[in-house]
Amino acid sequence: MIRPHDSIIVQTLGRFLIPVIQMFGLYVLFFGQYGPGGGFVGGVILGTSMILSVLIFGHDASRSQVAKKVLHGDGVGMLIYAGVGGLCMIGSGEFLNYANLEIPGLETASRRSLGIVLTQIGVAVDVAVTAVSIVFSLSAEEIIEDSLNG
Amino acid sequence: MTFALEFTLLILLLVTAAGAIFVKDLISAVLLLGCYSFFLALVWAWLGAVDVAFVEAVVGAGLATVLFLLTLFGTAPKDNRLRRPPPPMAAVIALPLLGILLLYAANDLPEFGDPGSPASVHISPTYLEQSYSDTRTPNVVTAVLMDYRSLDTMVETVVIFAAGIACALLLRRQTS
Repeated sequence: MIRPHDSIIVQTLGRFLIPVIQMFGLYVLFFGQYGPGGGFVGGVILGTSMILSVLIFGHDASRSQVAKKVLHGDGVGMLIYAGVGGLCMIGSGEFLNYANLEIPGLETASRRSLGIVLTQIGVAVDVAVTAVSIVFSLSAEEIIEDSLNG
Repeated sequence: MTFALEFTLLILLLVTAAGAIFVKDLISAVLLLGCYSFFLALVWAWLGAVDVAFVEAVVGAGLATVLFLLTLFGTAPKDNRLRRPPPPMAAVIALPLLGILLLYAANDLPEFGDPGSPASVHISPTYLEQSYSDTRTPNVVTAVLMDYRSLDTMVETVVIFAAGIACALLLRRQTS
């Protein structure tokens, strides 16, 4: 069980830094097509921001509720990734060949670009949920049972 | 000048790695490993692998440090001193010999950035030339990872998911 940090400096800085880290994570996630970054790094940064809120404000704080709710999303990232792959199979396409995504009005290259964005979101969700889940596994057993059961 | 920077980075890498092994206090070892990851990220960036540097800085220095620290706090707090037995004689003799052998074999590796090396002539030119017109993605690394090799990336995601599930199964015990 992680208790809230005593220092007012840490709390104030955390209140200021966590939204900035989350914005940066989203930027890295969606900018991965144009520069360094991508789904994996973006997901880790998003997960790290939630871990930081748990470390600073403790398990029970209202700011950590997001991190607890995220635990219910275990496997959603995989579902997004494989689901995009499955959508490509509609109309006798190949698995994960984004050129077969049946979206009217988009040429082939734009379909593949869209497929890259969607699968990157899937990777980011998966990585962020896994990071938060491992931290909760390492730190507090009884809290997880409470939050998942009740 | 470039050579000096490279040399300094490699020496710092060696010093932090050796420090993480030899220091007695485990928390210091964890923080030294974080420093090692930062220097390694600088080396990756210097070599031109910016995406790898990003992952190394975020995962190696950020996430892994937190996970190590949480693991340390989960164990008994007095258990942070290790007794080290001396290394066996065979390892002391064999490992430097292996290092010399590897250095000797490294002479045959292609030069860094050699356009005629096997890695640069096989399929990389195809990706570099066609990835933008194929996928409208300026970052070639992302195009290769998420489009050309997307099945590999999907299985990597499965591995991460499996790691999270395994941690939950092993560590989240029923307390009632």
